[in-house]
Amino acid sequence: MPEESLWTIFINASLVNNFVLAYFLGICPFLGVSAKLETASRMGGAVTFVMLVSSICAFGIQALLVAIDAPYLKLISFIAVIASTVQLVEMFIKKMSPALFRALGIFLPLITTNCAILGLALFQTNKGYSFVQCIVYALGAGAGFTLALVLMAGLREKLELAEVPDVTKGTAMALMLAGLLSVTFMGFGGLGG
Amino acid sequence: MTGTELEAQAAPTSAWHMYRAMVGVGLFCGLLIVTVFQATLPIIEQNKAEALQRAIFRVLPEATASSTFSYDESKGFELLEGRSDGQELLYAGYDDDGALVGLAIEAQGMGYQDVIALIYGYSFSDDAITGIQVLESKETPGLGDKIESDPDFLENFKRLDVSLGDHASKLANEIVPVKNGEKTHPWEIDGITGATISSVAIANILNGSAQHWVPRIESRLTDFQGGE
Amino acid sequence: MATATKSSTDEFMKGLWKENPVFVQVLGMCPVLAVSNTALNALAMGLATLFVLVMSNIVVSSLRSFIPKEVRIATYILIIATFVTVVDYAIQAISLDLYKALGAFISLIVVNCLILGRAEAFASKNTVARSALDGLGMGTGFVVALFCLGAVREIMGSGSLFGVQLFHDAFQDWVVMVLPSGGFFTLAGWLLLFNWLKQRKAHREDRATLALSKEVV
Repeated sequence: MPEESLWTIFINASLVNNFVLAYFLGICPFLGVSAKLETASRMGGAVTFVMLVSSICAFGIQALLVAIDAPYLKLISFIAVIASTVQLVEMFIKKMSPALFRALGIFLPLITTNCAILGLALFQTNKGYSFVQCIVYALGAGAGFTLALVLMAGLREKLELAEVPDVTKGTAMALMLAGLLSVTFMGFGGLGG
Repeated sequence: MTGTELEAQAAPTSAWHMYRAMVGVGLFCGLLIVTVFQATLPIIEQNKAEALQRAIFRVLPEATASSTFSYDESKGFELLEGRSDGQELLYAGYDDDGALVGLAIEAQGMGYQDVIALIYGYSFSDDAITGIQVLESKETPGLGDKIESDPDFLENFKRLDVSLGDHASKLANEIVPVKNGEKTHPWEIDGITGATISSVAIANILNGSAQHWVPRIESRLTDFQGGE
Repeated sequence: MATATKSSTDEFMKGLWKENPVFVQVLGMCPVLAVSNTALNALAMGLATLFVLVMSNIVVSSLRSFIPKEVRIATYILIIATFVTVVDYAIQAISLDLYKALGAFISLIVVNCLILGRAEAFASKNTVARSALDGLGMGTGFVVALFCLGAVREIMGSGSLFGVQLFHDAFQDWVVMVLPSGGFFTLAGWLLLFNWLKQRKAHREDRATLALSKEVV
């Protein structure tokens, strides 16, 4: 179990090694949902919640797999848990707030294929974090993901009104923005140490 | 398509069909995974053992053979046969005559970007670290990752003093990083210009690990005599 | 749906250019950007994805009448995860160094939208042979795209290709290229190129039809 402090873990996951801008996880929703500020922040919230639940489940599953000595089932069990969690979250949102459910549309089930969540589960397992460390890691990753999404949405909303060359419209522009955001986030390097 | 065929398509799938599909596919997948796992396991274990050997011989330059010791606070160092049970492990290096040259110890700690894992060699006769090898690092390419390859930096570790102080429970002098070119004592590490944090990280990792292990090793030297 | 049946070559080639998964469909981005900082890593990742894509396409296609549509996504994911696990252990056995470089991203192939997308859109509705070809084509297009990214990033960022130094010592490495930001910029660059080529083609076709209509008139 690494001796990183909880604060270090949080700062690391949200800023220094931001899941989207440093690890390239969660790019699909990042490019797909980040056009509007409102949907972006809600997506971020949903992803953070799924991350938290998946992180806890992944911790439990890993302990179980070690106990029965079946490490090869890791990937399958993780993805099964994530898919189920997303299903549950979907039903929950549908009941609690139908408006939000409609706003998120297709992107909600797409959280399943969101590399960020599976990536979180895999990273925390590789690092051997304790239970509390896992929770903080998940919260940090979710916060970082939401931050990146919201920043991107803000930028893109502004860009809608600007004149840009036709060739760059769409994904190319989004990627260049992402690259610039990534460079800015590099400034956080060494913050967690 | 005929009318009846269309009807058959529209009818909902029976639970049996769904169950059969999932279980069938599940069995097939399970079988495939387990087979590949069993087949590759010996090769992977071999690869890992060889990589570890290479690292041990790199940090203990005179060693040509090695064995593994596990550590327990109450029992001391014991020669390990077979797989470990999650205990802390140290690796002993022996030269051509079978004499004990030193120990290779793994350590890790926070670097600039992410955790750095390394292995270092400790020599009994010299009371010093004789080499380090970085096992895992995600430091900035071109800057922090110089800790792995910069020849001047690695010079620091040919003989890094970790002798014990008067009380034999702590190092006489902590391993401290200094600015490049200002090294005057054998327990100091000349940092890399432009990679200060990574250099400091290495110093901290080594210091922490040496403070923990050297007193314990020196107080139980006899544990190692029984080794191969 | 009575579309003209494509020839085998067409089935294969569409993945390379017209429907290239990275440059046209913009699918499966995560691993593309993450492990493309050297040409070797990019190639290895691409080949691993190709393997999983072809194998899962074949299996999904052979079982397409056996899997009811209600549970199809779950079974597809199960099949894909299995082959990814296989590749994971295979790479560990082949080269530990490569495995360390690629890390958790091998396992992340399972959430590559490309593979699930092909299984759902193609393999579940076509014969095994066609599905295999489709997988091979898309996978090769993926490998080519990844290699383009990796090569550019490695040449500019480390001055080498496959570890072989290309330039004189005086070449100042453009380090940002091997950093995450470089991944974004390089992909944006390639997409710009593709967009520009598409625009040019569209303009040419417009001019051609205009000229044609003028002739008719």
